[in-house]
Amino acid sequence: MKYESSLKRAQGLGSSKSSVHHWLIQRITAIALIPLGLWFVGFFLLLITSSYEEAHAAFLSPWTVTLAVSFVIALFYHASLGMQVIWEDYVPYGLTRWALIMGTHLFCFFLAILSIISILKIFLT
Amino acid sequence: MVQLRLPPNSRIKKGKTFSSPTKSAHMKLFHIYRYDPDDKENPRLDTYELNLEECGPMVLDALIKIKNEVDPTLTFRRSCREGICGSCAMNIDGTNTLACIKHIEECKSDVKITPLPHLYVIKDLVPDLSFAYSQYDSIKPWLQSDETPPSDKERLQSIEEREKLDGLWECILCFCCTTSCPSYWWNGDKYLGPATLLQSYRWIADSRDEATGERLDVLEDPFKLYRCHTIMNCINTCPKNLNPAKAIGKIKKKMVERL
Repeated sequence: MKYESSLKRAQGLGSSKSSVHHWLIQRITAIALIPLGLWFVGFFLLLITSSYEEAHAAFLSPWTVTLAVSFVIALFYHASLGMQVIWEDYVPYGLTRWALIMGTHLFCFFLAILSIISILKIFLT
Repeated sequence: MVQLRLPPNSRIKKGKTFSSPTKSAHMKLFHIYRYDPDDKENPRLDTYELNLEECGPMVLDALIKIKNEVDPTLTFRRSCREGICGSCAMNIDGTNTLACIKHIEECKSDVKITPLPHLYVIKDLVPDLSFAYSQYDSIKPWLQSDETPPSDKERLQSIEEREKLDGLWECILCFCCTTSCPSYWWNGDKYLGPATLLQSYRWIADSRDEATGERLDVLEDPFKLYRCHTIMNCINTCPKNLNPAKAIGKIKKKMVERL
């Protein structure tokens, strides 16, 4: 039996005052991914028809590396924020949701670091 | 996880059929959701055959005719019968709308009527809106001003300031939009829903209101405001042709403006 008022339930714990940056960065990365994604697809198609030496040489250009690292950061940042929204939408509040969100953030962070180090390894060696 | 099927005791079963005693070239079948909490039975869909030549033009006319002449146990809310009170909000032919301004003619085949979706049903077409009203209450939907009001006149607005409220003040709180929103279905315990957010923007946009910062503070939350994923069902369903999604977009813009 609960005598808790409906208004108290509606107010909940109040506002978390933390979501504007999440929303804004999700949009900024989405916009950034349009040109970066087009560049990546074009670059990837070029690599398919290139020899190993040509592909290796392409990664020695600072422009290519900058674009590739920007693409990786935008992609995994966007994926991480987007997946968080999906978990929040469809998994009820609790340990499972928390674990899924944290797991997704860590996984995306790990993949981004791995990708950046791989790109830099080619560039620097 | 999200439930994709209704719980077993909420699944709709086939109900009774009531034939019309008179016949004409204009007959129509109405399939209406029936649920009585007292009989412990599952909800059912009763079918009523009506002679449209003996019935008013609106769906509400048909419901009133059924209640008066066929089945007095049918329960629904209604009051103004002209689309201003919002009482007769229900799902007709798959879209939330007001029964009093929905023409029967607009329904091409049989008319299926169910309560507003994803709310607890009190009886038949009467949903429990008490939590939605509390969410509305939580945004303090009244003018807040520290300035002492003029003693000899009302608080004035210019024509331009007043125009900013057009498309907002007309909301009648029927909750057709809120209950059509999938985000509200999944997270209605925290997400305020389009109707309440439109009302919140109605006060944010009001030149006389001095609590804009506090109002934005209350909404700055991943669930209260940012569960709106611009699905746009709210625009499609609003019987007053308002645009809650646009109002929500303007709130999000204000959030960025104050960064």
